[in-house]
Amino acid sequence: MSLMTYGQAIRQALTLAMEKDSSVFVMGIGVDDHKAVFGSTQGLADQFGKDRCFDTPISEAAMTGIAIGAALGGMRPVHVHIRNDFLYLAMDQLFNLAAKWRYMFGGQMKVPMVVRVVIGRSWGQGAQHSQSLQSFFMHVPGIKVAMPTTPSDAKGILLSAIFNPDPVIVIEHRSLYEISGEVPESYYELPFGRAMIRREGRDVTIVANSYMVVECLKAAKYLEEQGIDVEIVDPVSLVPLDESTLLTSIQKTGRLLIVDCGWTTCGVSAEISAWAAEKAFDELKRPIRRLGNAHVPCPVSQPLEALFYPNAKQIASTVCEMLDRNPLEEDAPQLVSKFRGPF
Amino acid sequence: MPISRGKMRLEKEKLIELFQFMAKIRIAEEKIAEIYPSDKIQSPIHLSMGQEAVSAGVCRALERTDHLYGTYRSHGLYIARGGDLKKFFAELYGRNTGCNRGKGGSMHVVAPEVGLMGASAIVASTIPIATGDALASAMQGRERVVVAFFGDGAVDEGVFFESINFAVLKKLPILYVCENNHYAIHSKVSDRHKQTELFRMGEGLGLTGYRWDGDDVTRVYSHMRQACQQIRNGGEPLLLEFMTYRWYEHVGPKTDHLEAYRDQDKLAQALHNDSLEKARVLLRSKFGVSQETIARWEEAIKKEVEEAVQFAEESPFPVAEELYQDVYESRL
Repeated sequence: MSLMTYGQAIRQALTLAMEKDSSVFVMGIGVDDHKAVFGSTQGLADQFGKDRCFDTPISEAAMTGIAIGAALGGMRPVHVHIRNDFLYLAMDQLFNLAAKWRYMFGGQMKVPMVVRVVIGRSWGQGAQHSQSLQSFFMHVPGIKVAMPTTPSDAKGILLSAIFNPDPVIVIEHRSLYEISGEVPESYYELPFGRAMIRREGRDVTIVANSYMVVECLKAAKYLEEQGIDVEIVDPVSLVPLDESTLLTSIQKTGRLLIVDCGWTTCGVSAEISAWAAEKAFDELKRPIRRLGNAHVPCPVSQPLEALFYPNAKQIASTVCEMLDRNPLEEDAPQLVSKFRGPF
Repeated sequence: MPISRGKMRLEKEKLIELFQFMAKIRIAEEKIAEIYPSDKIQSPIHLSMGQEAVSAGVCRALERTDHLYGTYRSHGLYIARGGDLKKFFAELYGRNTGCNRGKGGSMHVVAPEVGLMGASAIVASTIPIATGDALASAMQGRERVVVAFFGDGAVDEGVFFESINFAVLKKLPILYVCENNHYAIHSKVSDRHKQTELFRMGEGLGLTGYRWDGDDVTRVYSHMRQACQQIRNGGEPLLLEFMTYRWYEHVGPKTDHLEAYRDQDKLAQALHNDSLEKARVLLRSKFGVSQETIARWEEAIKKEVEEAVQFAEESPFPVAEELYQDVYESRL
């Protein structure tokens, strides 16, 4: 084990994958420049050559199709996007081609590609540089979706994604790049469809993904001081979703709060709520609650931006409501973002 | 009819106007870079220092009723079109007196009152909408020229080709203006294209293009003025490529001159080719404007910038209710 950042863990996964299999290559805007996508592709071009780690034109639709074609032709491309928002340009290729190619041809074809994307948050990145698109990808069958939170999960799920026979979108979060954690040095794959219990508890089940896990842990610490014991379940992979771990937790607590870093409307939280209402209705003591971004485009102005994102205080406060506890004290934890621009 | 390659005679007043707008862009952006480390501006900034002649020459050649669409690097366009400087700084500060009421920030400046119809952070994404605006203009009697303003990175995108195809097909009143500052983030044009003469990109589709020096404001203005005139007279769409150079990092308040992606000779040449200094020299040598007069103008602009910063700092932030305002015309 060694302590490393989220970005270093991703870089290690890419390095191991490229050493293991010469069909793995990395492409995307800026992957070979001095910033190296927040360090996550640092040194790959030097170590493996410019043919296996290269910059691309700003052509998301075509480059996504090119990645799909490379996968069909026997390679294992990892296509990197520094901003999630640019994937809207690639939706046609992702949904009409990558997601369909196996099924439409009766299972004879496969597209083993990985798309790595980063969600931006804060510092006034505004409406077009801060979106979380996981629910779009969950909606269309044929693509696997992962949202790793910790450095060790990021490494394990990325390796699993690269050697997976299906197209996988791995959604990273800019704010997680600031976080370090213990990561095994060796090669390992984290299986899809296995949730992680980030904190065990008995009162309320909180299902949270990506950076929202960090906010939930902050809230949990505060709640613990108030004698409230929450359980935090991090699905890690959204498609497939680990339903049994979720169900076990709901059976234990009888209360479900879902915190997603996207919008709630037709979002991840809507899907998990619907699933829980169908599969665990009798276990629930209280109505399901959800937290997500305010249903508006992300504003730049700082006070509005602070209202836009769910934070630890809102999470703690919602948990209190679900337990009929008194509302929070004024000094309850506030969202403190360590991130400082420029992006 | 091909556009003339000759140099148009520029009147003294026009050069003074162009110089003053360029100086305002430079001084405002120097101020932004100075303020930025204080964290008062919490919005990613893409400075256009070194590229002022393109913004000034293009914008001042337009009529007030013409429409222009920009990119995330549009401080220069906003200022050169005559957008309110106080509202500009207030927007960078995220205040509700800003040109976007604090909702857009640096990457999305807008000033419809002077024909700046918006700026987008998604590369090339305003090229099709500018084309649509030109379609509207054609349907309404061709009274306005529309300018799609974009960088050299935008010609990588499919919508660029799809849009110009439609524009030439329909003979729309639009100018595609490519501000080639040599780098898309850190990629050179030659890292992304075999054809590095970007003005030729539309040739196969029937779009005529030209490439000119973008650091000589008199040339940018003159060529742009003639191109606008041609469009107004019913001419075909054109692609105008202006060559310039990005002095600062892609995003942020610093220079990154020692990074490996920079060509040191090209950088030295670009810094030497300072468009603002070129304009100063021309004002002195051709029109006999004294150094003192130029310094006085620059002082007046500095004062205006200081006042705009003060206005921003004293303006209120939006109140919480504004979070849900303007998603639709009326709240659902």
